[in-house]
Amino acid sequence: MALDQSFVGRSYPPTDPYEVGREKIREFAEAVGDPNPAYTDPDAAKALGHPDVIAPPTFVFAITFKAAGQVIQDPQLGLDYSRVVHGDQKFVHRRPVRAGDRLTVTSTIEAIKSMAGNDILDIRGEVRDEAGEHVVTAWTKLVSRAAEEA
Amino acid sequence: MTAKIAYDDVEVGTELPAQTFGVTRATLVQYAGASGDFNPIHWNEKFAKEVGLPDVIAHGMFTMAEAIRVVTDWVGDPGAVVEYGVRFTKPVAVPNDDQGATIEVSGKVAVKLDDNTVRVDLVAMSAGQKVLGMSRAVVRLA
Repeated sequence: MALDQSFVGRSYPPTDPYEVGREKIREFAEAVGDPNPAYTDPDAAKALGHPDVIAPPTFVFAITFKAAGQVIQDPQLGLDYSRVVHGDQKFVHRRPVRAGDRLTVTSTIEAIKSMAGNDILDIRGEVRDEAGEHVVTAWTKLVSRAAEEA
Repeated sequence: MTAKIAYDDVEVGTELPAQTFGVTRATLVQYAGASGDFNPIHWNEKFAKEVGLPDVIAHGMFTMAEAIRVVTDWVGDPGAVVEYGVRFTKPVAVPNDDQGATIEVSGKVAVKLDDNTVRVDLVAMSAGQKVLGMSRAVVRLA
């Protein structure tokens, strides 16, 4: 069943702050096998002009995707998550995420489309720091595949 | 931001050093823990096959994280990446053996933009198939 178009433009309340830790960044960098010292060595990060270690460009997805759960699990929207695949992902950074950041995410449904029985949902996640400054915006396209004919 | 590549030294068509990244089941378990994405399609073969996948597949976000390394290793400062987007066109199937799968990533400068930035277009292949589409990054150079 096609999703309700009236949800387009709906924003969800900002999430509680997520505190970015140095060790979490290290764990993520190790998981993607990336030895760049800007992720683990504060002095190396400072030499590049950053106040502390920075996170890899895709790290923030863990935070924005969790925030998008508000949309995905909204019973009124009625998305069948068991059939959802990740279609597209895009980030626009005003600055890199760094250790010590306390980040909140505001998720907005940007578009809902229905194609060949698939529901396609575009969610924009605006990430701000404790001072309210914009850090990064994440666009996530989710595709809920059509259920097979019974 | 301190990119080690100068804007004036690149032109449209400049190729970035290509890289090949390995991914095994152990990599996926580690990535699941670090990212918090515990979807069983990334570690449970029985589940993956029941939902119609050929095998356990890598997280799309893992492939995305590997692909951008061609850019961040090139510029040195990962904070120089201002924009990065991909389309997940094909899943990377990861067999349960010692080899796992490989992801081959190449990139080249596609457009020189304003403000010392360039757009790099990336190509990510696995098992002879393109696994990311429209894979583009905008990066600020020195």
